[in-house]
Amino acid sequence: MEICDKTIHEIKGMLAKKEILPSEIMKSTLSRMEKTVKFASFIKTFPEEALKYAEEQDSAPLKGALSGIPVAIKDNMCIEGKETTCASHILRGFVAPYTATVVQRLLNEGAIVIGKTNMDEFAMGSSTETSFFGNTLNPWNKDMVPGGSSGGSATSVSLGEAIGSLGSDTGGSIRQPASLCGLVGLKPTYGRVSRYGLVAFASSLDQIGPFAKDVEDAAILLKAISGYDPKDSTSVNTGVPDYTGEMKKEIKGLKIGVPKEYFLKGIDKEVEACVKKAIKELESCGAEIKDISLPHTEYAVATYYIVATAEASSNLARYDGVHYGLREKAGNIIDLYKKTRSAGFGDEVKRRIILGTYVLSSGYYDAYYLKAQKARTLIKEDFSKAFEKVDVILTPTSPTTAWKIGEKTDDPLKMYLSDIYTISANLAGIPAVSVNCGFSGGLPVGLQLQAAHFNEAVLLRSAYAFEQMNDYHKKRAFSGK
Amino acid sequence: MKVDKKLVEYLANLSRLEFDDTKLDEITDQLKGIIKYVEKLDTLDTKDVEPTAHILPLKNVFREDKITPSIDRDKIFKSSPDSDDGYFIVPKVIEE
Repeated sequence: MEICDKTIHEIKGMLAKKEILPSEIMKSTLSRMEKTVKFASFIKTFPEEALKYAEEQDSAPLKGALSGIPVAIKDNMCIEGKETTCASHILRGFVAPYTATVVQRLLNEGAIVIGKTNMDEFAMGSSTETSFFGNTLNPWNKDMVPGGSSGGSATSVSLGEAIGSLGSDTGGSIRQPASLCGLVGLKPTYGRVSRYGLVAFASSLDQIGPFAKDVEDAAILLKAISGYDPKDSTSVNTGVPDYTGEMKKEIKGLKIGVPKEYFLKGIDKEVEACVKKAIKELESCGAEIKDISLPHTEYAVATYYIVATAEASSNLARYDGVHYGLREKAGNIIDLYKKTRSAGFGDEVKRRIILGTYVLSSGYYDAYYLKAQKARTLIKEDFSKAFEKVDVILTPTSPTTAWKIGEKTDDPLKMYLSDIYTISANLAGIPAVSVNCGFSGGLPVGLQLQAAHFNEAVLLRSAYAFEQMNDYHKKRAFSGK
Repeated sequence: MKVDKKLVEYLANLSRLEFDDTKLDEITDQLKGIIKYVEKLDTLDTKDVEPTAHILPLKNVFREDKITPSIDRDKIFKSSPDSDDGYFIVPKVIEE
């Protein structure tokens, strides 16, 4: 096994015993990147800079929990002096004047950023096909999508181009690509991780989280990025547990709820079978399985696409061709806005701006936006009630495995419905994780676990216990072909 | 509410976007489909339900009124499409 196919905790062990040097880790990922270019994980890479930094670390003492670990960052998070594109033409030429808190925290722990990853434009999409720079391919089958919107962050880890990565999750954009690429992907509680330096899509839903090869790596990355940040007033000042310690506690007596609403029509039979098998395995570890109900589940997609597009239409008003990025020539200021925005945004972004503007516009606000905010309350209350009875809620992550490139691009509603199992967690603000629970037709299947606010520890604990029962997480997508 | 081409043109103007005729038809059709889908919320009884804007128990977050260093102005203007001596340049807004 090459170094780049190993996990963070394995590499940490080797570094501690001086069996490898940071530059060797970096060379391994860089050489893998040369072989996997066609998958298009990255919008931009920094090979020389990363190698130079790794070589400097060779002779220095270990800096922190991520010393010498090559990481990839979704291209909607800022790194000072580097372009941040959000995979959009409208940000052409924008060089970030500051560094996102999450990136700074990884750097403080000794991680080395090797590139900015591809994504759906402004994180709007479920397949990484709306990127201005072209789509990313699924590492397990290159005819398939990797999921989205953080598709490039998922594929970079799955292919061994990075050892860990960060994505953002507004309606499933970490968990769904993690599921489709066979990784662990975690969306923390709203407020757990600072969003300073993350380009906003839907501010009441966005959250940054890690992609990792296994649960322990996810715990290490989560620990590194979590915690209060005075620069983000929505980050919450509450203690960050020792996730790797918490993770290893046994799950005997833990109550796991299975909501019946997540196993209705639309779910692929083999996906259902893998998830049902996972339930049995968790039961055999001593967890108590309970049937539960989240009665407002069927309203989640409708609620989400009102709330998220409303917030997006306001957030994206800042792209005006004046302050940064693209500018189209025009004779007056209104035409300058219109021409710049029309040339700079792609179809999906425009569609969502139009929908968001509609639901917020005078005369329709109460019927759509306010109604959706009320529906959001009901969805949130479903979860609060459920967490009075159970510790964890178990569902599939995605109703299907990865689909063919182009299959859903002409039908936005069909694409939106692929997020059906993941968006409730964003509406309720709760943490959720996806772990690999098997394969169907050579493609990974994801198991989603959700917990109460700020209880990431119990998610990691149940995910870790599940991982000990199988070796799906040890399979690697890259075969050298 | 009827979603038609006229409404989409109106929304496009509010959003400072422009579409050609073919695109306008396409977006109108797609918007019709999406609106029809989200209107399933109408079947939900939300009488006496408070709206949720975000999930945190936060209202206003205050900080001390203290001057701290901010980002260097030159760094900000570096990414601007047109600027001069600390000003963003735009086409003339006020008529003579």
